[in-house]
Amino acid sequence: MMGAAPIIEAQGVDLVFQTADGPVHALKDVNLKVNKGDFVSFIGPSGCGKTTFLRCIAALETPTSGSLKVRGVSAEEARKARSYGYVFQAAGLFPWRTIAGNIRLPLEIMDFTRADRARRVEEVLKLVDLEGFGKKYPWQLSGGMQQRASIARALSFDAEILLMDEPFGALDEIVRDKLNEELLKLWHRTQKTIGFVTHSIPEAVYLSTHIVVMSPRPGRITDVIESPLPRGPRPLEIRDTPEFMAIAQRVREGLHAGHAYEV
Amino acid sequence: MRNILPVLVVCLVIVVLWYGAALWLNAAWVYDQAARAGTQVGFGQLVHDTMTLPRPKLPAPHQVLGGLWDGIFGQSVTSKKSLVYHGWMTLEVTMLGFAVGTLAGLILAIGIVHSRAMDMSVMPWAIASQTIPVLAIAPMVIVVLASVGLKGVIPKALIAAYLSFFPVLVGMVKGLRAPDGLQLDLMRTYNASRTQTLTMLRLPSSLPYLFASLKVGVAAALVGTIVAELPAGASVGLGARLLSGSYYGQTIQIWAALFMAAILAALLVAAIGIAEKVVLKRMGMAR
Ligand SMILES: Nc1ncnc2c1ncn2[C@@H]1O[C@H](COP(=O)(O)OP(=O)(O)OP(=O)(O)O)[C@@H](O)[C@H]1O
Ligand SMILES: [Mg+2]
Repeated sequence: MMGAAPIIEAQGVDLVFQTADGPVHALKDVNLKVNKGDFVSFIGPSGCGKTTFLRCIAALETPTSGSLKVRGVSAEEARKARSYGYVFQAAGLFPWRTIAGNIRLPLEIMDFTRADRARRVEEVLKLVDLEGFGKKYPWQLSGGMQQRASIARALSFDAEILLMDEPFGALDEIVRDKLNEELLKLWHRTQKTIGFVTHSIPEAVYLSTHIVVMSPRPGRITDVIESPLPRGPRPLEIRDTPEFMAIAQRVREGLHAGHAYEV
Repeated sequence: MRNILPVLVVCLVIVVLWYGAALWLNAAWVYDQAARAGTQVGFGQLVHDTMTLPRPKLPAPHQVLGGLWDGIFGQSVTSKKSLVYHGWMTLEVTMLGFAVGTLAGLILAIGIVHSRAMDMSVMPWAIASQTIPVLAIAPMVIVVLASVGLKGVIPKALIAAYLSFFPVLVGMVKGLRAPDGLQLDLMRTYNASRTQTLTMLRLPSSLPYLFASLKVGVAAALVGTIVAELPAGASVGLGARLLSGSYYGQTIQIWAALFMAAILAALLVAAIGIAEKVVLKRMGMAR
């Protein structure tokens, strides 16, 4: 990856929310480079600005100062060029559309041809293991299946970047493990760049090529850990290896250090 | 079927109370007549007489039903005595006014949701417009429009529209704002245009609100039409029927026209209810 321009590049990003109770310093001097094809996890205590930073990358939030480039242009231009698919914590499927209809939504908005839409919907349904569920309505699916459908929706228009904000946060551990494994395969197959927010250390270590540890008030990056685990499919059992434990330990220390700083 | 029993019981209670009230209110007149004729009335005679007066203070239910039956089935539908004829005239104006009012409410709501300036400027006027009693404004509108040569259906439909646009406006502003932050953010991540957000998110989200306000709106349009039919010169419609009934003390005619209006309102609301069921079911939102 040496020499290649980073696909996401944050330099001195600051964000202050003006609220009724005074300013909230959500992000302070955030610097980060993400290369194409990386799987980057953001981990940190609640309120440290993980969501806010992901939303900045998506241009759903505008930094107060600093520079944030996505694919070499400003985040706002990258949004307009439909550079990323965003997966929110809640599936947020439209109840009046079928699963296929929901996945088709971005394709309709982006004016894909009818034939292309149908092909892509089938393709991503297969990718998230939801073949045959296209005609169902969201309420007919379990929470985990709905979340998979929302991932399919984010994948359908084949954006280069996938941004995911605690996509599996509301699911139980078994479903979560399964979806993590599938996500990793999917990432490997599609070669996308993924930004992934999580609260879970094992999840972050299992999935990522880079783990970004953040600390709260004001939200800063305290550590960026490059994972020595293999790039590509990793068996779930990898979580019992010493390498895995060593990275998990380093993340844990990073999180504690952040807390000590705050106290 | 479980629901029908309580409804029947309530109906029965109302009918019994109504007969009691008819007896009580009309008794004075019967006693009066008897005193004038120098005769005595027994209870049986009293009941019979109070229920069969041609111009009772309060007609008994079967008299109203008789009036309704005669008005609907006993007359040629082109006759001025036919409730079908008058009902049709009222329905025509109601539907036109309702369509115009709904369209106006819809367009204003879309404008208000998309423009802060419109939100600030239109809403207060819309609310103010509804604080003016329609009974005061209807005759003025009819008279003013008649003086410029506009008569018949259109002035009345305008009054109906004036009453029906408001519930649609209020309901649709709420409905179009129903999408939550996540849904709106999602549309932003696709860089969807305002029009796309409107047609693919806001309008579908607003449908349950739309149908609720259409039901209120159509009833309001009917009231508006009937009020607009009252001012002097009106000769067709249920409102005119009410008015001529009260000129000549034809209480049975008044009540029959009132019931006709109620039936019309119930049919209109039921029709919207059916449309609602069909649409929401087709959209997978039926509960
Ligand atoms: N729209 C907003 N207006 C005002 N303050 C906000 C807004 N969004 C976030 N904040 C504040 O910014 C800080 C960071 O919030 P953020 O949601 O990014 O945290 P997070 O790391 O995602 O937390 P969690 O793990 O609980 O999701 C918090 O203190 C939060 O209260
Ligand atoms: Mg968050």
